[in-house]
Amino acid sequence: MPPTPARPVRDVAVVAFAQTDHRRRTDELSEVEMLMPVLHQVLDETGLRTSDIGFTCSGSSDYLAGRAFSFTMALDGVGAWPPISESHVEMDGAWALYEAWVKILTGEADTALVYAYGKSSPGSVRDVLTRQLDPYYLAPLWPDSVSLAALQAQALIDAGDTDERALASVASRSRADARANAHAQVKGEVPSGDYLVHPLRTTDCPPVSDGAAAVILAAGDRARELCSRPAWIRGIDHRIEAHSLGVRDLTDSPSTRLAAERAGAYEVRLDTAELHAPFTSQEVVLRKALGLGDDITVNPSGGALAANPIMAAGLLRIGEAAARIHRGESDAALAHATSGPCLQQNLVAVLEGDPR
Amino acid sequence: MPALKAPLTVEFPFTRSLGPVQSAFLTGLRHRTLLGVRTTSGEVLVPPTEYDPVTAEELRDLVEVAPTGTVTTWAWNPSPRPFQPLATPFAWVLVKLDGADTALLHVLDAPGPDHLRTGMRVRVRWAEERTGAITDIACFEPHESTNKHEVSVHRGEFEDMTTLLTAPARLDYTYTPGRAPTDYLTALADHRIVGERCPSCQKVYVPPRGACPTCGIATAEQVEVGPSGTVTTFCIVNIKAKNLDIDVPYVYAHIALDGADLALHGRIAGIPYDEVRMGLRVEPVWTDGARYPDHYRPTGEPDADYDAYKELI
Repeated sequence: MPPTPARPVRDVAVVAFAQTDHRRRTDELSEVEMLMPVLHQVLDETGLRTSDIGFTCSGSSDYLAGRAFSFTMALDGVGAWPPISESHVEMDGAWALYEAWVKILTGEADTALVYAYGKSSPGSVRDVLTRQLDPYYLAPLWPDSVSLAALQAQALIDAGDTDERALASVASRSRADARANAHAQVKGEVPSGDYLVHPLRTTDCPPVSDGAAAVILAAGDRARELCSRPAWIRGIDHRIEAHSLGVRDLTDSPSTRLAAERAGAYEVRLDTAELHAPFTSQEVVLRKALGLGDDITVNPSGGALAANPIMAAGLLRIGEAAARIHRGESDAALAHATSGPCLQQNLVAVLEGDPR
Repeated sequence: MPALKAPLTVEFPFTRSLGPVQSAFLTGLRHRTLLGVRTTSGEVLVPPTEYDPVTAEELRDLVEVAPTGTVTTWAWNPSPRPFQPLATPFAWVLVKLDGADTALLHVLDAPGPDHLRTGMRVRVRWAEERTGAITDIACFEPHESTNKHEVSVHRGEFEDMTTLLTAPARLDYTYTPGRAPTDYLTALADHRIVGERCPSCQKVYVPPRGACPTCGIATAEQVEVGPSGTVTTFCIVNIKAKNLDIDVPYVYAHIALDGADLALHGRIAGIPYDEVRMGLRVEPVWTDGARYPDHYRPTGEPDADYDAYKELI
């Protein structure tokens, strides 16, 4: 019997969302200069000032910046004096949102500012990501992120779950949908590229992006004051699998399925799913794990194939799903974020708007 | 103004202790012996771990598996990247060694993607010089053989056990400081020191980072400050830093430049180290062709009154 998802003890909603225009390079901007406009935008949308925010949480990575404690510089953008209640995760901002959600559930805060940013342009993101791997058996081989995704793609093809043509259609659908997304980096017709690492072509892989995102969370009546149609978080859960790729079935994602169960994704009638699938093949795995039918709109924003600012791309999925509820384009949306090689760790959030 | 850029290399040679299972596995590679670990349910994990990935039970029962195996998935890499095991195009593979129930990640030397398929048989090609690392397996190579293999119990003991692993890593970046620091560094090269004023609290930040940390808003109004300033606090450094050509002891100080609302860091010279004091008036010294001040020296003015700088300590 599947576990029964616990109902959150407080109603918490995403009430505002902002993102940068994601770009291949932002040489002229420091991290805080890139981030500040989105922080100001979410505050302006709600009319809140930084001093009104109960809790601030961010996600970023020193390995992308090439600098220790790089997140402390970004804090200048939120006005951290006089001192604020603040935390940071060395992870995608989706996990910062999870921490902020828990903080609000404890009753210690009624509002939270969550932001995430990543500049991939200073380094080589494929090489940088090898440093997150097991240092004994994997990291000394420098297996880059595209190669690991390609191993997963071949396993899916061998299992009969997909083929190169189906993968190409994921890429073209995502980038066609991204035409409607003013912030997307890659949109429209993209010619099918060469093999980057067989069986993945360049079009199966995400762009290398610089970008940032921010959301504001609020509880109960505060959320109703700040937003005409709050995106209520009905549940969030995240689960992780073994690090070693050789002990996992790469064609499945049991951690996504379990997180979705615990977040209550199977209890609501979903109309939208924003999936953090940087590679076309990963969308195949996630659709299967989540049991998403054709009646659900997947990644109307274009997803991570249209813009992939590392550390912000998962928070973007939650923000995009929430924004569709704010605009009345969705009533119940699933948002997903991933971390680690080949979908090792997965977070699922279920968002709902009030009935219309 | 074009953004400033500079190469930035980060290197970190972590030394890690291995523990009993990883130590036996990596030492075994040096001896061309492949070890796995048996779980309580009877599965053989290769590469071996100290804890069961499913039950988290401690695992110590080592067994020897074969240097031959079967590819469970593959990916052809036409453009090897720096530090990867082979410099010529190769395949990444997960290989289930004969006798193992889980797969090992490594590389396969093959002529091209047309020679690859899941289920193909391969064997280990050992590195000529072996150090007790995963790279003691140079790569796998295609090899037709049957997959019949009985695992045998192995004590995991060798002469000269490898117990530590040093994993050197190097990442290369191109650092770009952003708009405000670029303006600051460009002005410095011109022997001018510029800060930025917050439009809300009116404080002048030096060096500017483009944001007021109190108000959380962008700063843009450039303000020339200094060049003279006041020592607000200092310390005497007695440890010689690597690659730093400065005799110890020397003085490192916080200096509030005239017109700035934040003290910056600088070295004080031109005065005996034990005569540096709070309130000392100093000015920057640029050496020939330098892009930034080498140090600050006394101006000879009378010391600043404590009340004039106490807010900036």
